[in-house]
Amino acid sequence: MRGGTPLRRHLAAALMLMPLVVFLGLFFVWPIITMLSEAVSDPVVVKTLPATTEAARAWDRQTPGAGALGQALVDDIRATTDDQAMGDVVRRLNSAKSGFRTLMMKTLSAARGSTGPLDLTTVDERWKDNGYWEAIAAAAQSRYTDRNLLAALDYARNPQGSIEALPPAASNNADIFKRTFVISGLVTLMCIALGYPFAMLAASVTGWKRQLLLGAVLLPLWTSLLVRTAAWFILLQDRGMINSTLLGLGIISEPLPLLFNRLGVVIAMTHVLLPFMVLPIFSVLIGIPGNLMPAAQSLGASKLRAFWHVLLPLSLRGVASGALLVFMSAIGYYITPALIGGPRDQMISSIIAFYATGTANWGMAGALGIILLAATLALYAVYHRLTSDRALRV
Amino acid sequence: MKLTKSLIFASALAALTLGSMAAQARDLTVVSWGGNYQDAQREIYFKPFSEKLGKPVLDESWDGGVGTLQAKVKAGAPNWDAVQVETEELALGCADGIYEKIDWAKLGGKEKFIDSAVSDCGVGAIVWSTAIAFDGDKLKEGPQSWADFWDVKKFPGKRGLRKGPKYNLEFALQADGVPAADVYKVLATPEGVDRAFKKLDELKPNIVWWEAGAQPLQLISSGEVAMSSAYNGRISGINRTEKKNFKVVWPGSIYAVDSWVILKGAENAAAAMDFIAFASQADNQSKLPAKIAYGLPNKEAAAMVPAEFQAELPTTPANMTGSIALDGNFWIDNSEALTQRFNAWLGQ
Repeated sequence: MRGGTPLRRHLAAALMLMPLVVFLGLFFVWPIITMLSEAVSDPVVVKTLPATTEAARAWDRQTPGAGALGQALVDDIRATTDDQAMGDVVRRLNSAKSGFRTLMMKTLSAARGSTGPLDLTTVDERWKDNGYWEAIAAAAQSRYTDRNLLAALDYARNPQGSIEALPPAASNNADIFKRTFVISGLVTLMCIALGYPFAMLAASVTGWKRQLLLGAVLLPLWTSLLVRTAAWFILLQDRGMINSTLLGLGIISEPLPLLFNRLGVVIAMTHVLLPFMVLPIFSVLIGIPGNLMPAAQSLGASKLRAFWHVLLPLSLRGVASGALLVFMSAIGYYITPALIGGPRDQMISSIIAFYATGTANWGMAGALGIILLAATLALYAVYHRLTSDRALRV
Repeated sequence: MKLTKSLIFASALAALTLGSMAAQARDLTVVSWGGNYQDAQREIYFKPFSEKLGKPVLDESWDGGVGTLQAKVKAGAPNWDAVQVETEELALGCADGIYEKIDWAKLGGKEKFIDSAVSDCGVGAIVWSTAIAFDGDKLKEGPQSWADFWDVKKFPGKRGLRKGPKYNLEFALQADGVPAADVYKVLATPEGVDRAFKKLDELKPNIVWWEAGAQPLQLISSGEVAMSSAYNGRISGINRTEKKNFKVVWPGSIYAVDSWVILKGAENAAAAMDFIAFASQADNQSKLPAKIAYGLPNKEAAAMVPAEFQAELPTTPANMTGSIALDGNFWIDNSEALTQRFNAWLGQ
């Protein structure tokens, strides 16, 4: 290195960065781009059913679909040998209109088991219903779609193509998004309220006392999230340690409802995320010279005033980064609300998980992910603005 | 210069190690539903088959969802071989082409099994039931029907139900007075679905939702709920292992067949087929009810079960009166739309 020319040095630096760039590209950027494009791309019908697509684009949607599109669909089915591609088509169509699963199963075996013209209405009565043909025609319109993004926000297109809101009984993702941000905000506030005094205490002592306090924060971090959540489940239940102690002391006569509600979720999530608040505040606090507070007091400020005007502004940077860490982690929480929370405490991740693992509807999972990402970025922009106004950034 | 060289060397080494790790052959991996059911399967299927094979058999557990299997197959080289799936996962996955076809010759022919256990992509593993369960020591006069389950005045306390529309809509209709035989006929109409949700509304404040099969037993044990829907095999299982007195209410229960499937493109597909054949043999399968109370799809095996265990099985004629078979076709059509509606309803 010592005798290297600038070019070689650049090369060495680039090589050292290479593993990181490759890792980020492969495991971070690429999956996100795939998921996002999955949300808006909708090529399965166009690709797998070319003849039907052509017929559907020419169809006036008034005449019976079985006559206009039926034979094209039969031809497409007979021409396709790829079972997985046909499976994708059926899943896509059933997601738009329930019933396609069994309908297509019957149709596939009828079409493959015969040759020549086939009247689909004799295979299944449901083909007389133009609703099914409209679903095919809508899917054949384009290789791209906005239906997932609209559905993620509780909207859908009606058969005429205009956007309308879905009734709350059918879809209420917007509420769940709001709830996700409210719970995350609450947890962040709780973490500040508990974490700040704790970090002050840990920064004010030295030696084994500091080790002990920091150990108390770090130790839970080394335990599995699932174990900590399960432990809270045991503590919070009606006959759990907290309720039986309070009942035994005669403080309460009925067990407090701590499980399956918002309170339990906030308690458990605050505990799980507290280290991410304490550590940044602590690291900022130990960097503040210890003589500033006595100096302020020697100039006549009360302890509280010295804290308010000296220590707090200096340490806000730690609070800000802690709050960001806690809030961002809380948004994606899934296990804790699922186990501790009630039905009204489920956060958006559980809905995303339902579409991803439950029904293999990647488009919908991706669309919800996009909305979550966009909302989070918007919140971050607001936060960035607020913190930079007060000159808190480094 | 030296640094550059050592970097290249190090990355080459890393690539080699990663490559050799990936190239190492994976042992046969069997996936089932966990808990005391999988403990029983390990005892009578996995361990003996591993001895016969002379190689380790890995077992993992999962919580269902055809999306999980879909993702594994689409990614190529799935890390699971044989998986036990529910009725609609079998139908959905088979239609989507993510399972290998079953070699029925290895199993001794389709006629050896009950009809609902036979398909192109899967072999029935058990017949199991979802029913009302309660602690007989805490409730002397227990519930008799889903109407009783809904009656929180007569039987105070919370109720446990599996999170999701499947089963619960059927139960709600029965609680609302629909006879067991007509449940799916009513549910096939939009009015029937509305009626079921309306009935669920009544019980909503008293419901604790569970997701994994072991949860309802804990909820009943801890007294968190007075009664819950639960899988029948788990109930008899906990009665035997922990000396509990949990009861099963058979009328109104819903039974279904779980099947073994082989994921498409699985590395050990051939060994998985041999494993399924092993687990479907009458003399192996007939050992299951002694460990856990599930019905057997192999007709010969079912006949070999000792009388003392027959009383607990969903396939016993006395237990089948008033019970319903799960309608897989209804759920593969409507699962997505109804789950979306259920999630919206849940959050309201």
